[in-house]
Amino acid sequence: MLPFLLRRVGVMILTALTLSFVVFSLTNLAPNLEKLARTEGSVRMSDEAVDSWIINNGHGGLMITRYGQWLGVVPGWTRTDDKGVTRGRCIQGAVTAEDAPRFCGILQGDWGTSTVFREPVAKTVTDKLASTGWLMLWVMLVMVPVSLIIGVMSGMREGSRTDRVLSTFAIATTATPEYVSGVILVVIFASATTGISPILAEWGWISGRTLFLGTATSAIDQITFWNFALPVMTIALYGIGYIARMTRASMTEVMTQQYIRTARLKGVAFHQVIVKHALRNALIAPFTVIMLQFPWLLNGVVIVETLFNYKGFGWTLVQAAGNNDIQLLLACSVVAVFVVLVTQLISDVGYVFLNPRIRLS
Amino acid sequence: MTDWDPSKPILEIENLSISFFTRAREIPAVMDFSCTVMPGESMGLVGESGCGKSTVALAVMRDLGKNGRIVSGSIRFKGRDLTHMTEEELRHIRGSEIAMIYQEPMASLNPAMRVGDQLAEVPMIHQGMNRADALKLARQIIADVRLPDPDRILRAYPHQLSGGQQQRIVIAMALMAKPALLILDEPTTALDVTVEAGIVDLVKDLGTKYGTSMLFISHNLGLILDVCDRLCVMYSGEAVETGNVIEVFDKMRHPYTQALFRSIPLPGADKNSSPLIAIPGNFPLPHERPKGCNFGPRCDYFRDGLCNAGDIPMAPVPDHDRHATRCLRWKDIDWDAPPKVGKVTEKLPRGRLVLKMEDLKKYYAVSAGAFGGGAEKVVKANESLSFEAHENETLAIVGESGCGKSTFAKVLMGLETATSGSIMLFDENVQDTPIQARNTDTVSKLQMVFQNPFDTLNPSMTVGRQIIRALEIFQKGTSDADRSDMMLNLLDMVKLPRAFAERMPRQLSGGQKQRVGIARAFAGGAKVVVADEPVSALDVSVQAAVTDLLMDIQRENHTTLLFISHDLSIVRYLSDRVMVMYLGHVVELGTTDQVFAPPYHPYTEALLSAVPIADTRVKKRRIVLEGDIPSAMNPPPGCPFQTRCRWKPKVPGNLCDTVLPPVQVLAGGHQIKCHLSREELAGMEPVISIAAD
Repeated sequence: MLPFLLRRVGVMILTALTLSFVVFSLTNLAPNLEKLARTEGSVRMSDEAVDSWIINNGHGGLMITRYGQWLGVVPGWTRTDDKGVTRGRCIQGAVTAEDAPRFCGILQGDWGTSTVFREPVAKTVTDKLASTGWLMLWVMLVMVPVSLIIGVMSGMREGSRTDRVLSTFAIATTATPEYVSGVILVVIFASATTGISPILAEWGWISGRTLFLGTATSAIDQITFWNFALPVMTIALYGIGYIARMTRASMTEVMTQQYIRTARLKGVAFHQVIVKHALRNALIAPFTVIMLQFPWLLNGVVIVETLFNYKGFGWTLVQAAGNNDIQLLLACSVVAVFVVLVTQLISDVGYVFLNPRIRLS
Repeated sequence: MTDWDPSKPILEIENLSISFFTRAREIPAVMDFSCTVMPGESMGLVGESGCGKSTVALAVMRDLGKNGRIVSGSIRFKGRDLTHMTEEELRHIRGSEIAMIYQEPMASLNPAMRVGDQLAEVPMIHQGMNRADALKLARQIIADVRLPDPDRILRAYPHQLSGGQQQRIVIAMALMAKPALLILDEPTTALDVTVEAGIVDLVKDLGTKYGTSMLFISHNLGLILDVCDRLCVMYSGEAVETGNVIEVFDKMRHPYTQALFRSIPLPGADKNSSPLIAIPGNFPLPHERPKGCNFGPRCDYFRDGLCNAGDIPMAPVPDHDRHATRCLRWKDIDWDAPPKVGKVTEKLPRGRLVLKMEDLKKYYAVSAGAFGGGAEKVVKANESLSFEAHENETLAIVGESGCGKSTFAKVLMGLETATSGSIMLFDENVQDTPIQARNTDTVSKLQMVFQNPFDTLNPSMTVGRQIIRALEIFQKGTSDADRSDMMLNLLDMVKLPRAFAERMPRQLSGGQKQRVGIARAFAGGAKVVVADEPVSALDVSVQAAVTDLLMDIQRENHTTLLFISHDLSIVRYLSDRVMVMYLGHVVELGTTDQVFAPPYHPYTEALLSAVPIADTRVKKRRIVLEGDIPSAMNPPPGCPFQTRCRWKPKVPGNLCDTVLPPVQVLAGGHQIKCHLSREELAGMEPVISIAAD
C-alpha cells in the first residue's frame, strides 16, 4: 500500500504544479499586469510609466522565472533604483536588503500579500478556509445522512409509491441550481413580507420578524441555527438529490442480486435484509460519489457565500478575482487543487477498504 | 406442525397453476402441476430451460416476485397450505423447515459478509441462538460438508473460496436449521464434473444422515438417476410423466421422455452407426402453446383430432409404482420398438496432416495486490503441448475449468502469441503471428464456433447481414448479389429457413443462433474449426441437432474439428481422438476407444467416473477426487495431478512429488503422462461397465 500512496502523492504534486502554473500564466498575462499597474500605481499613468512600473515591481522577465520565484526555487528579484534604494521580492516591511533571504516563495511559506485585504495571503486563506470548513461540515452532516436515507428508502422497493415520491423530490432538488434554490429559500423563510415568516410572526410562534436570517455574515463570529440554516440548506439540497439518486441506483441493483434472495429465503425479515445484507453492498458506489462532493462543495460555496454574504473561501475567491488580487487568486487555486486531490486519494483508499473483494490478500 | 403425521407426504402439490402477469398479457408458466414428496424421499424435476421447473421451486418458497402469482391449486407442506400463508408465517418456514440451494454459489453468497456470519444468522433467527453458539454450530456443519480448516473458512469472505467450496457453504447454510425439505435448483450446473461428483455424494449422504426430503431440479438426467428416488418430467409448463426413477428410465410411457433419452449421447451411441435422434422443431413459447398436447407438434405419434382436441389429463400407468403420464395414446404405442435408425454414414478416412503443435508453451505474467504492484507471478496456462490433427478428424480437447483449453484455442487462433514452441498450420508457422498480421486466407481457413451463441452475434444487425459481413472480410464473392447468394446457401447448409436472413438475433432461439454462428464460421470455407463448447449452453434436445449439423458439415467439407468440451458423453459420441488436459499439461492423448478404456491416466479415470450417465444399465466405480484443482499460479511440483491422485502410493519413492512424469507411449500410439509402471497401467479396471440385459 505504501508504494501506491507514494505514487499517488507524486501524481498529486505534479498535478498541483501544472495547475498552479496554468493559473499563474493566466493571471500574469500582459493586459492583466497593465491593469494591476494602473490600480496599484495611478490610473492616469502613461504607457511608458506602466511598462517601467511592471519591470520595477518584478513582473518583467520570463514567465517561467517569475513562476519559479513565486514557487521559491528561483531567487527573488532585486532592483536598485537611481536613488540607491534596493527593492525586491523578499524585501518587505522591516526586512532590509542586507538580511533579506534569497528565496521567498510558497516553499518558504511566503504566499505574498493580498492587495484587497492588505494582509499576508497565508493568513487570509487560512482564516477564510476555516470559516468555509464550518459551512462544509454542517452541509455534510445534513446532506450525507439525509441523502443516504432517501436513497435507501426509495431503492429498497423499486417502483413503489415511496420510491416515486422520494425520487421526484430528489430529481427536483438536484435540478435546481443553488442561485435559484437559495433565492426561493430566502423568499419563503427569511422575508418579513412574504413566505411563512409573517404568518408565523402573526401567530406568535417566532419572536423575531423572520424565521431564519437571510444573511450569514454574523455566522463568522458565532454559528446559530437562525443565521446558518439557509446557506447550509441551499447547498445540501442540491447534493441530497444527487447522492440520493446514486444511492437509489446502487440499492435497486443490490436488491435484485441473488444473495438478497438467499437472505430472504433464509427467513431473514425484510428490515434485516436491508440493514444486514443490502446496505453495505449498496453503499460502496455512493461512497465514491460522496467523496467527489467535496471538490464540488468548494465551488458550490462560491455562489452560496456570495448570496448569503458569508465571508468564507468562496467569497474570498470572488473578491480576489474581482479585484485582480493575483497572489490571493493563486493561493486559492492551489488550495482548491489540493482539496480535490486529497479527497480523491481518500476515496480510492476507502473504496478498497469498503469492498472486501479488492482488499489486499 | 405438531399434528403432522410422518407417514403422510411432506410436500403435496395439487393442480398448481402459476402465471406471470405482464402489461400485455398473462403468461402461464406452470399448468396443472401435481406432485408428492414423502419424508426422506428425493424427487427430481427434469426438463429443458423454460419448462417451469424453477418456477415450481420458487412457488414452494412463495417467492415468485412481483409479477408471478399462483392462479389455482394448492401447495401443502406438512399438511399446511403454503399458498394462503402470511409473510410472517412464511418467514418462519423459510430457512428453518424448507431450505434452498441455488445454481450459482458465488452470486448466492453475500460478498461483503464473512461466511461465518452468514451461516450463524440462520439459527440466530429461527432458534434465537446466541452468536457464539451459532458460530459453534456453523463450525460443526462446515466440518459436516467436508470442508478443510473450518476456522479459516468461518472468517473468510465468499470470494476467497473456490466454486466448489462456495457451493458447500450454500449447502451448509441450508442445513443449519436441519430443514425437513431441501430444494436444490441445478446445484451443480456451474461446477466442474469432478467437483460436481463430490457435491452430489455429499448431498446424498446428508439426505440419508438427516432424513431430509429433497426436491432436486436439474436438466441432467444422469444426475437425477444418481440422486433421486422418483422424478417428474416437465415439458412447457406441464408435468408430462412422473414415477419411480428406474421405471421412468426403463419403461417410459410418454413420447417426450422417450425422445429426450434418444437425443442424449449414452454409451453405445456412435456418430456413424447409431446417430442421435434430435427432437424436431422448437420448444413452444409460453404464449404460443398449441391446443391439446404441448408436445404434439414435435411428436412422432401425433394423431390429428385426438392429441389436439382438448386438455389432456394425467393418466396412471397400472401395475407401476405411482407412475403417471400425460399422453392419450400411451396404450397404443409400442414402447419396445427400436428407434428408427437415422442415416448411417461411413467413417471418413483420416486425411493429410493439417495442424501440428510442438512443445507449445504459453505463460502469462500477472501482478498481485489490490493497489497494483506486488510481486509478479507467472501463470503457466499451457505447458509443452504437442499433438497433430488431420483432415476429416475430430479431436476433442477435454478438461475442467482452468486446465488451459481456452488458452490453447486463443493461441491457435492468434488472439495470443505463444511463449515458445511451434504451431504448423498447413505449411505455415503461425505461433508468433497475431491475428491482425495473418493473411485473409489463413484467417478464413481457421475459424471458431463460440460457446455462448447469445453474446457472439451482434444484436443490432440482421442475421443475413452478419454472414455477408463475414464473407466480405474473407474476400469471398465478387459482388453484393454474389455474396447474398452465398449467404443464402450457407443458411441452407445450416438448415435454417432462408427467411431468417432478415431476422434479428433476438428473434432466434439458442439453437438457431448457434446455427448462425456455425454458418459464419464456415463462410470462408474453413478447414480447421475450433468449437469451444459449442453446445454446452443449449438444451439437450437441441444439442443433438446442432452436433449432427456440425458432423454433416464436417463430412462435406473435410474439416478438421477441434472440439473443446468438458462433457465426456458428447466427446465419446463424436470425436475420433481425445486429448485430456489438466493444469496446462496434456495428460492423456489417444483415440476415443483408447481414452475411454483402461489403461487410463489417473485423472481421466476420475473424470470418467464423475460423469453422470442416464442409463440404468451402466455400473460405475465411484472415484471421488479430494480437494480442488490447484491454482495455475502455484502449481504443485512434480506431477501436476499428484495432489489429488489415488494411485500415488503405487509409485515408488517420491517420484510424483519431484519429477514431472514422462510421456509413456503405449500400444497404438496411446500417450499417458504418468509415473505408473506399464504393469500397473495394464492392471487397471474399467470405470464404466454396462450390465448385460
